[in-house]
Amino acid sequence: MDLSYGAAAEDFRAEVRSFLKEAWQPGERRGRELGDYVRAFRRKGVDQGYLYRSVPKAYGGSQRPVDVIRAQVIREEFARARAPMEVGGNGVNMTVPTLLEKGTEEQKALFIRKTIEGDYIWGQGYSEPGSGSDLASVRTKAELSADGSKWIINGQKIWTSMGGKATHMFMLARTEPDAPKHEGITYLLLDLDQPGITRRPIRQMTGQTGDNTFFEFFFDNAETPVSWQVGERGQGWQVSRTTLKHERASIGSADGLGRQFSKLVELAKDMGRIGDPLVRDRLAEIEGRVLSHRYSSFRLFSCAAAGEDAGPIQLMMKLLLTEIGHEMALLAQDLIGEAGWMDPDAAGGPRGPIKWLDQIMGSLGNSIAGGASNIQRNIIGERGLGLPRDLAMGGER
Amino acid sequence: MRFHLSEEQLAIQDAMRGTLGQVWPMERLHAFADGDADFDADSWAALMALGVGGIALPEGEDGAGLGLLEAALVCEVAGAACAPGPLIGQLVAAMAVAASENGEAKAFLPGLASGECMAALAFGSDLVACARGAHLFLVDDAQGLALVEAGADVSITPHRATDRSRPVSTVSFSRAPRMALFAPDDPHTQRIRDAALILIAADSLGGAQHCTDVSVSYAKEREQFGQPIGRFQGLKHQLAHMALDVEPARALLWYAAYAWDAQLPDATRAAVMAKAHLCEVYTRTTRAAIAAHGGIGYTWEFGLNYWFRRSIANRAWLGSPAQLRARAAELAGW
Repeated sequence: MDLSYGAAAEDFRAEVRSFLKEAWQPGERRGRELGDYVRAFRRKGVDQGYLYRSVPKAYGGSQRPVDVIRAQVIREEFARARAPMEVGGNGVNMTVPTLLEKGTEEQKALFIRKTIEGDYIWGQGYSEPGSGSDLASVRTKAELSADGSKWIINGQKIWTSMGGKATHMFMLARTEPDAPKHEGITYLLLDLDQPGITRRPIRQMTGQTGDNTFFEFFFDNAETPVSWQVGERGQGWQVSRTTLKHERASIGSADGLGRQFSKLVELAKDMGRIGDPLVRDRLAEIEGRVLSHRYSSFRLFSCAAAGEDAGPIQLMMKLLLTEIGHEMALLAQDLIGEAGWMDPDAAGGPRGPIKWLDQIMGSLGNSIAGGASNIQRNIIGERGLGLPRDLAMGGER
Repeated sequence: MRFHLSEEQLAIQDAMRGTLGQVWPMERLHAFADGDADFDADSWAALMALGVGGIALPEGEDGAGLGLLEAALVCEVAGAACAPGPLIGQLVAAMAVAASENGEAKAFLPGLASGECMAALAFGSDLVACARGAHLFLVDDAQGLALVEAGADVSITPHRATDRSRPVSTVSFSRAPRMALFAPDDPHTQRIRDAALILIAADSLGGAQHCTDVSVSYAKEREQFGQPIGRFQGLKHQLAHMALDVEPARALLWYAAYAWDAQLPDATRAAVMAKAHLCEVYTRTTRAAIAAHGGIGYTWEFGLNYWFRRSIANRAWLGSPAQLRARAAELAGW
């Protein structure tokens, strides 16, 4: 075992660091001026081969061979210099890799550059009110127009992140109602700026709402050209499973949990409870799991760097994160205690109970978003441990 | 950067597993548990023939030149098999003696490496596992670390104790001559204590993995209501939960062993955290395994009780999880 990155990586680090010293000097720029500066900076980052490494040059990327160590060094140095990395969100994480693997030449040319430069913001059109964990049961319908040039879409999608800002959507729509459920779905791209689409924000249990949160979308004869269909008609399920294998393993993937744990320790201090043996015991017990998660992320990264399969641990990281988040939320709840929760002035103060209330409720969201916890347990049991599949989910007797 | 096992490290575990599979099947474990001995010469000789005793010793000192990580990998496999013998004591004693300057103690090093000279761990309490067959004791008390040779001055009272795979005795060393290794405040003393914690954690990881593996196998074979019980979501989720407890903890153990080998500043705390956490995982997993097996798991013949018992002993040995968590809190400056 060795947690250093090696001499070649350190040379590369020096190179990235000197680039950043030169190229990232935002100074006092604000607003639009800063926006333009960031855009130009990202272009320089692409020219250096630091950003959009898996995207071909023809579409605005830097087209570099997969190298998770270099990718990690880049992330660390950009973070250290507080320089902006790639544009985040569904577009870069999902649309671009899917198009690179399954898109037509026209689609790649039309969407990839605009997406990585931040002009197109993508919403995910997967979940429906009647289709959550059973995603392949989607009912939003797409039918060909009489002349065969357009898909006409009717139905409803829900839980679209960044729904207020999205300009485009990738969606799963039912196009062959008579086919078995996994074979009747087509993967479509569409422009959200059209009369047949209504969007509405969802107010979450935390009270949060607005452009950056979840939205639902209603489609009433919305349209999209047939040429915006990705993959074959009826093959949308497979398209949506397109593996994302582009330097995604990262050392920092567990940092968020570590930071949250540090805040929990601070909370225990602020509430005057850090000397309480029971509190110390619970903190240390939780930390055992936080560190297990952190070192397992090192393990995943190490396997990715060596091109080896990490095994069942990769199926466990999401559920582990969720469960540790729950434990931290419960301890935070106890630390704040009755007096804290009942205090009419609790909203005040930077570390006040109200901020923790959001975290405590947010931890509940984790057990739903991106694959519900019971589905994660099925995946660990079936794909990780090789247990027989549930008959209702396609298992064979 | 490397934070997963190499082919060589996996091969060490495979060799261990193969040997124990031959020399330590369930029948032998049953016979041993029902007998009076606290040591099994055949399985010990087979393990020592693999060179396990010297695995963490420098190449110049009868060793294989590997680290505590490899020693931990070996203990993991022994834990999975519920193997008898003072393996942890042997490895820790050999490392302590190799690091010391005491010539008298050093004379035992070849024997410790080959296994001909067997060492048990007498740390903290007067209860010692596998004491009757031991030639040497590694003692940790108010005077620091010392090696004590078995003989007339060492009195041993055997017990029929919880852990049937590594029976304990009360041992007293009142007038026995000590070969002093390290003073209490010598940094080596701390390192040796940390190593012992890490190897107990490794034994616990192996045991917990074994309990998960047998439960998964059973769920694939056992049929009720006309289908394998592993298809039922209730049990599937229990098994997933066991795996979710054990698999991530593997990296916690690796980190502790790596931090020890690399002498990182957080090595002691990493050892404390690993021992506390892995011992919790081990008891939880043995309990869950017995529940997952239904009636058969509650029989003596099926044998899960040996792992359950060993998990209790590991938990109590050198500090309970709660005591170690209190120490971790202190070390963090909370």
